[in-house]
Amino acid sequence: MDFLTTLQVLDSSLRQATPLLIACLAGLFSERAGIFDIGLEGKMLVAAFLSAAVAAVTGSVWLGLLAGIGASLVFSAIHGLASITFRGNQLISGVALNFLAAGLTVVIAQSWFAQGGRTPQLMAGGRFEPIILPGALTSSSDIAQAGPLMQLYSELISGHGLPVYVALALVPLTWWALFRTRFGLRLRAVGEAPEAVDTAGISVVGLRFAAVVIAGVLCGIAGAYLATGLQAGFTKDMTAGRGYIALAALIFAKWRPWYALGACLLFGFLQAVAIRFQNIDLGVVEVPVQVMDALPYILTVVILAGFVGRAIPPRAGGEPYVKER
Amino acid sequence: MTPTPAIELKGISKAFGPVQANKDISIAVMPGTIHGIIGENGAGKSTLMSILYGFYKADKGEIFINGKKTEIPDSQAAIAAGIGMVFQHFKLVQNFTVLENVVLGAEDSGLLRPSLARARRELEALAREYELSVDPDALIQDIGVGMQQRVEILKALYRGADILILDEPTGVLTPAEADHLFRILEGLKREGKTIVLITHKLREIMEITDTVSVMRRGEMTATVATADTDPSQLAELMVGRKVLLQVEKTPAQPRETILEVENLNVTDDKGVHRVKDVSFSIRAGEILGIAGVAGNGQSELLEVLGGYERGTGHVRIRGQEIDLTGAKSDGQSRRRRGISHVPEDRQREGLIMNFHAWENVAFGYHHDPAYQKNALFMNNAAIREDTEAKMRRFDVRPPNPQLTAKSFSGGNQQKIVLAREIERNPDLLLVGQPTRGVDIGAIEFIHQQIVALRDAGKAILLVSVELDEIMGLADRIAVMFDGRIMGERLPSETNERELGLLMAGITDTTTPHGHREVEANLAERHGEVR
Amino acid sequence: MTDRMPAWADAILVPLISLILAAIFSAIVIAAIGENPLEALELMIEGALGSTYGWGYTLYYATNFMFTGLAVAIAFHARMFNIGGEGQVLVGGLGVAIILLYLPLPHWTVALVAAMLMAAAFGAAWAAIPAYLQAKRGSHIVITTIMFNFIAAALLNWALVGPLKAPGQEPATPRFADSTHLPTLHDVFSVIGIDWSSAAPANVTLFVAVAACIGLWALIWRTRLGYEIRAFGSSEPAARYAGINPTRIIMVSMLISGGLAGCMAINNVQGEAERLVLNAAEGAGFIGIAVALMGRSHPFGVFLAALLFGFLYQGGAELALWMNIQRELIVVIQALVILFTGALDNMIRMPLERIFLTFRRRPDVPKPDRKSTSAEAAE
Repeated sequence: MDFLTTLQVLDSSLRQATPLLIACLAGLFSERAGIFDIGLEGKMLVAAFLSAAVAAVTGSVWLGLLAGIGASLVFSAIHGLASITFRGNQLISGVALNFLAAGLTVVIAQSWFAQGGRTPQLMAGGRFEPIILPGALTSSSDIAQAGPLMQLYSELISGHGLPVYVALALVPLTWWALFRTRFGLRLRAVGEAPEAVDTAGISVVGLRFAAVVIAGVLCGIAGAYLATGLQAGFTKDMTAGRGYIALAALIFAKWRPWYALGACLLFGFLQAVAIRFQNIDLGVVEVPVQVMDALPYILTVVILAGFVGRAIPPRAGGEPYVKER
Repeated sequence: MTPTPAIELKGISKAFGPVQANKDISIAVMPGTIHGIIGENGAGKSTLMSILYGFYKADKGEIFINGKKTEIPDSQAAIAAGIGMVFQHFKLVQNFTVLENVVLGAEDSGLLRPSLARARRELEALAREYELSVDPDALIQDIGVGMQQRVEILKALYRGADILILDEPTGVLTPAEADHLFRILEGLKREGKTIVLITHKLREIMEITDTVSVMRRGEMTATVATADTDPSQLAELMVGRKVLLQVEKTPAQPRETILEVENLNVTDDKGVHRVKDVSFSIRAGEILGIAGVAGNGQSELLEVLGGYERGTGHVRIRGQEIDLTGAKSDGQSRRRRGISHVPEDRQREGLIMNFHAWENVAFGYHHDPAYQKNALFMNNAAIREDTEAKMRRFDVRPPNPQLTAKSFSGGNQQKIVLAREIERNPDLLLVGQPTRGVDIGAIEFIHQQIVALRDAGKAILLVSVELDEIMGLADRIAVMFDGRIMGERLPSETNERELGLLMAGITDTTTPHGHREVEANLAERHGEVR
Repeated sequence: MTDRMPAWADAILVPLISLILAAIFSAIVIAAIGENPLEALELMIEGALGSTYGWGYTLYYATNFMFTGLAVAIAFHARMFNIGGEGQVLVGGLGVAIILLYLPLPHWTVALVAAMLMAAAFGAAWAAIPAYLQAKRGSHIVITTIMFNFIAAALLNWALVGPLKAPGQEPATPRFADSTHLPTLHDVFSVIGIDWSSAAPANVTLFVAVAACIGLWALIWRTRLGYEIRAFGSSEPAARYAGINPTRIIMVSMLISGGLAGCMAINNVQGEAERLVLNAAEGAGFIGIAVALMGRSHPFGVFLAALLFGFLYQGGAELALWMNIQRELIVVIQALVILFTGALDNMIRMPLERIFLTFRRRPDVPKPDRKSTSAEAAE
């Protein structure tokens, strides 16, 4: 594999990693506050659908993005209602929301567009256009002839949709918010010891809802990027397990922002490789493409098994807060 | 003219579902005093104070702070009114530093750095003023309970509390640590702070309070000046009738050795060495009491003898070695060897709260042939019948096997566990905290049952953090500190003071003992935990 | 603390209200996409219950859901949330396909037993790894079973385009031998002279599923193993105290769970398709979650809930055929049922409890007396 091909795979990795990373950070906010969220998948899916639908009708990717965030927020609100207000089982709520998204998107897509549960192909204005950084080359023939540094700059660093850069900026921002602000201190506290937060006179419910809302906004962006950046429209079940991979990345990262970046890039790379190459011939054995498909899941199981260091979730995670009696 | 009370509660009532926790309670606490609230478990003391702190909302009633009517809908309002509370179970974030815990909820601005800097300066000042020094950068999970309690007090003072409520603050402390706490409280009182002390220990009330209020079954039965009362009068007010503070028993008549423990060591799954080279024996017809502050290895000792914690060393029952590796043994095989176990925490371990009483009576003995219909199925009718008989013999109220465990009161729950374990006629009974959270009436009954089992020639290992209970029941007393047995004493030849020192890890009881040694020892203990 | 509601209200009233709420929201969805909910309901009833053909499909689906619902239910009793039913069904199907393709079996009865054993073994094996990791390494079983669904899908995909593929374009195995085909309800009922549609796929597996419901009921409520599973599920520290081995209970309950899910394959793979195709499970593994929640993890409840979902599934297929409503509507209904019976349970329960508290005359509350202060719960 030559240098340019490697760059192209890495370039694709970055794009594949973007929805994973944004969703992963969504999960990070939620789970750091003590609310498990296996509904990332569903939130991304409704956001992908509604953003594509609105972008297709209005021709504006920005309205699409807003609509996607809105849809994701509605799902967040249901999750918050179930797991915070009514102290229900957070896992079951997440599962329900994933199914709700899988069903609703197809039923509504068919009703609106009658194209077998998909939205129309998005035209230019309905998608996130690549941002060409200053001095970067755009045509592939120019890039092929440029020096390695210029190739790196033009192929890998330049030319992505806005959400890619937003996702990368979100990593330090999340770290700063979590560890350097009052909000972050309280958020981490409510995921570890909600009773300490409650007796300090801060609303546990308010903090947890804030975390769930942030998760909703982020999932909205992730889903919108999927349908209006990575691809040009919504197709049935287009998240294809990305929400679960993001969750896996979160565990892999042990609920820390910088590690989340690393984990998502790794999983993005695996997806990029699976897309670009079919069966991979390693000389001795030929690795079927299904192995590449399954690899993120297998890796996650290996990590969960604690063979690569133990992942300890926030102490109060998954437990509804009930005042001690 | 009398001064305005710092706290005045008028007609407070609070119900949890069908349970009336507080009934029309009125109380006035004078500023600059230490006011005790005493009552049995479940009398409603904690509920009342949690209402004052805004943790619960009263159904009825008014609160006056310094003469001013104050609404306290949440803890934020209580803090604003100058009230601080140290809960029985600390409300700290384990993986935060002391400083972060103090600042949490009392930050100055959106950014943390300036808040933390100010808190650091203030903590230093408070430490000087009240003998409350702590390492601000230590993680809570690394410091001992005594230190954690200081952090809780500092949290309240940092928020400018003038009124400090402490709920059962000495439950987790050694007598020496408790003494230190009392000196801190006296210091605070001198500075003009008002202190409310919730406890069920008469000794503490007599020692430190100026005024005492007694609660019984959700009602306030009396408020008196401490100087004008005595322990037996308070006990009577608590229970509503005359109580015997002493357990009636004849001297023990020990026979052959039942249990021998030799060099027992236990390391838990976190790698902490919990039980260190413990050796002792118990003979038929005697009660060995293990005294000590909670968390000094007693729980692990019970668990390893009960078959569900691993250990190394030797344990023999009637001379026969029992397996400690967990490979060939569990709670079931221990029961077959004649060991019964009343665990320390009946709601967590001893009972399954959503199971019927009859299912709980079979618990741990569900392989008993008498409970089987055939090779495949259990005989539920037989279990129900057996349960009803046991409930009657142990005076469980109501004796209905179909009720779930959670619908019984604490005392009746404990009687179900005791009935299950004692009626198996074991050679050895392990019993942990037999009367924790149990009303006084049931305490007497439970103590009688334990003594009766002893008199029937059984060996009994009693673990309790209540020194009074150990002194009253045990025929021999061993004191555990930091996983070791510090010494064995006969109840007739020792006193609470000596045992208290042993509980703090001081074996040399002949020299005059100052607090300095105790603290040096405690510091070492905290260091070791870290 | 006392039981706040009579048992019957907990077992019947709460699920019923959840169901009504799910129905109302589904009706709103149907109305929102411009169709008439009442017309849709009529169509569903007619299509699912109006003929032996409809019943044949309804019962076929119900058979699937009994297996997956029981699988989720037994895991729930051990406080394990097995979301891996889908993967376990797929892998169970693989087991069925392997034995029916490679072992010549003379009669359907022999084939049924052999296929059932393989299906159970394969399904159980697929559940065994997450179970082992939960028991020994503390890996959260919800996440690992989800991961195993994806891995199972990849495995099946590989098998059907690779080693097990029949000649031709389609990723599927060859047809199984005629001797292994299971009798349909048509065949069964014609023996006793009842005329039943021959086109519908419901087959003798239905009786196996009903037997599984009864068997599991006896296991949970009448055997020592069931007692230990329930005890462990209610309180792990208590189970340890009583000498109940957590590893054993997690393994055994998950093996039973995976085995039951795997057994679904005798219905859809051996009974209906008579070969293994991609996506053979069709989401039945997930519907098992809704069925178990709706049925309150009680085998009889699972039986009823499976019938209900069989009706919804067949009715939903009819809707897709005759109205402009996608089949995914059933996924929406399934999601709503899970949401209301599982996650929003308290929303329904809390007001109900308040009503019962107001109206009860305290018949079975322990009488407060001198020794049992009921105020105890307050502290």
